[in-house]
Amino acid sequence: MSVRAITPDYKVQARDRVENFHGNQIVYVAWDRHLMFCAPFAYALPPTMTFAELRDQVMPEAFGLHEEFAIINWEKATWLLDNQSFTPDLNQSLQAQGVGHKSVLRFQTPELTGFQGKAV
Amino acid sequence: MSAKKLNLKDKYRLLTRDLDWEYSYVDRKKAFPYEEFEGIKITDWSKWEDPFRLTMDAYWKYQAEKEKKLYAIFDAFAQNNGHLNVTDARYVNAIKIFLTGVSPLEYQAYQGYAHVGRQFGGAGARVACQMQSIDELRHVQTQIHAMSHYNKYFDGFQDWTHMHDRVWYLSVPKSFFDDARSAGPFEFLIAISFSFEYVLTNLLFVPFMSGAAHNGDMATCTFGFSAQSDEARHMTLGLEIIKFLLEQHEDNVPIVQKWIDKWFWRGTRLLSIVAMMMDYMLPNKVMSWKEAWEVYFEEAGGALFKDLARYGIRMPKFVEVTEKEKEHVSHQAWWIFYNYGHAAGFHTWIPSDEELDWLSEKYPDTFDKYYRPRWELAKKMEAEGKRFYSQALPQLCTTCQIPMGFTEMDDPTQIAYRSSDYEGEKYHFCSDGCKHIFDEEPEKYVQSWLPVHQIYQGNCGGASVEEVLRDYYKLNLGADNLDIKGSPDEQRWKEWKGVA
Amino acid sequence: MSKVYIALQDNDESRYIIEAIEEDNPDATVIHQPAMIRIENENYLVVKRETVEEKMGRDWDVQELHLNLITLGGNVDEDDDQLSLSWNV
Repeated sequence: MSVRAITPDYKVQARDRVENFHGNQIVYVAWDRHLMFCAPFAYALPPTMTFAELRDQVMPEAFGLHEEFAIINWEKATWLLDNQSFTPDLNQSLQAQGVGHKSVLRFQTPELTGFQGKAV
Repeated sequence: MSAKKLNLKDKYRLLTRDLDWEYSYVDRKKAFPYEEFEGIKITDWSKWEDPFRLTMDAYWKYQAEKEKKLYAIFDAFAQNNGHLNVTDARYVNAIKIFLTGVSPLEYQAYQGYAHVGRQFGGAGARVACQMQSIDELRHVQTQIHAMSHYNKYFDGFQDWTHMHDRVWYLSVPKSFFDDARSAGPFEFLIAISFSFEYVLTNLLFVPFMSGAAHNGDMATCTFGFSAQSDEARHMTLGLEIIKFLLEQHEDNVPIVQKWIDKWFWRGTRLLSIVAMMMDYMLPNKVMSWKEAWEVYFEEAGGALFKDLARYGIRMPKFVEVTEKEKEHVSHQAWWIFYNYGHAAGFHTWIPSDEELDWLSEKYPDTFDKYYRPRWELAKKMEAEGKRFYSQALPQLCTTCQIPMGFTEMDDPTQIAYRSSDYEGEKYHFCSDGCKHIFDEEPEKYVQSWLPVHQIYQGNCGGASVEEVLRDYYKLNLGADNLDIKGSPDEQRWKEWKGVA
Repeated sequence: MSKVYIALQDNDESRYIIEAIEEDNPDATVIHQPAMIRIENENYLVVKRETVEEKMGRDWDVQELHLNLITLGGNVDEDDDQLSLSWNV
């Protein structure tokens, strides 16, 4: 469907195009079933950042507030990239492995069930 | 012999219809350029009827009387240090949200009705919009006057117009009205007069204002009910508008239904903030959000939509989702603000033990299972001296602009993710309802001014969150924001009450 | 069947209006809440000028109802003698 506008051929540019972020791209990251964090986090990251840098340098500041974060076994954690199963390559850049502008990255740690085992 | 007094019906006819004139030297279409592009067909404007048959002379008479009553109460409230009679300092934070989030919408409504009132070819509709426009201006003025008293004693009231335009969570109400006002005049009426005024504002003004009275806030209760005396008229108008459009032409039915679907969902998302105000911010409770939803939407709205069924109008799309959401939204919304309490212009807190028990009682199927554990965690961390605030910005829904904190209703520990691709860009949503709205009019929502993305684009000043909050939002950091515990508001309150 | 309703501010004038509504709508339910009074009835409710005037002991214009009105639900019909609320079911 499209909007019914009074201006003929109404066209506008998307406000959040990647070129508006000064070389960065937006990546959303969430830890499934850990609702201590009310919503996924939004990061502005260089597309050349490696997955290891994202996981080990960017994510701990916010996710580290949860006491289970330090004990995650990353070998066992599973990932979804834009709702598809995904195996990150730690040494590759985000861009090179398909993590694009406004991609959603979610990870699951089934052995860690959150505060009181209640997904918090 | 004096002239016979006109009866209401004759007077209404004379003072509305007979004020209109024929256009002899201007093309009618040029005089009303917005009347046709939405696809709405009007065959006979004279069928527009205001059931109250209010005319301008009666309008001024009764509005003046309402104002006299209202300002006498404001004087009494101020002269008697009314702020000392509220239940506790936490309560006032709900009023901060009202001033920064709701009062500016009254102003938007004033501008909106002034604009659309000019655009309708029918004199009855123009008169009705003129009155409503003036009403809305009255509402914003009375609200500013009422709350200016609190500004003398509490933080967070000082820069509300500035905050409304800039602060992240206030983009939720602001974008709601921007959306309505950038639509055509008929959609604006369905959005505001019908969906918002008739179907939803009772939930804001009736139980919440009754709650204000119950918490000793004479000023808010009084401006609320005074505004509501106008709202009752607006609601009636909302219902008449929809009947008028549906009776004018059968081609209007699907267009109106589409707008009802859109604005019902937009409204429910906006009201999630009111839900948390009712369940978490009123120290003395009147009713739970769930109960208010049942009385004012399910029962009252149910009767309304049954009445409209004869025109081929059905219940709004996604209404079945709201039946489940009433058990969850207030808890999920307050948790968002607890997480981001460092970035809010009001204080947040953990509910007291009595309040947690009240929530368990009111939400027996969901609270203990899903939400009490969140507060147990917050309590544990607070007791350890680690009251936590989220350290990264949240992802927002493109349509409602609320952080993506709402869950799947059939799996309440799983955040709901929806997305659409449009012209090579990804867009994310909190719900099927918000995704559907985007998919219907993507050209509109690709322009969403999402506060988090705007910060990252460098359009909100400073490099750090603290600079954005202090310099761009103009929050007084350390006073307006953070937990109520240890705040200057709390300290002053204790001094006034002699419990410091 | 659907309910129509009207809510008025809890004050001295409304008290007479409520009395009149109760008299003219014997099946209506009156609910007291903080600062307000809500009256609901199946399908139909009427406020009659004559009854209100009798209770107040003075002339009363139906449009004065606006001064104390908080909210209502139902199709409104108002003339010089009464205001009624109804659903078409």
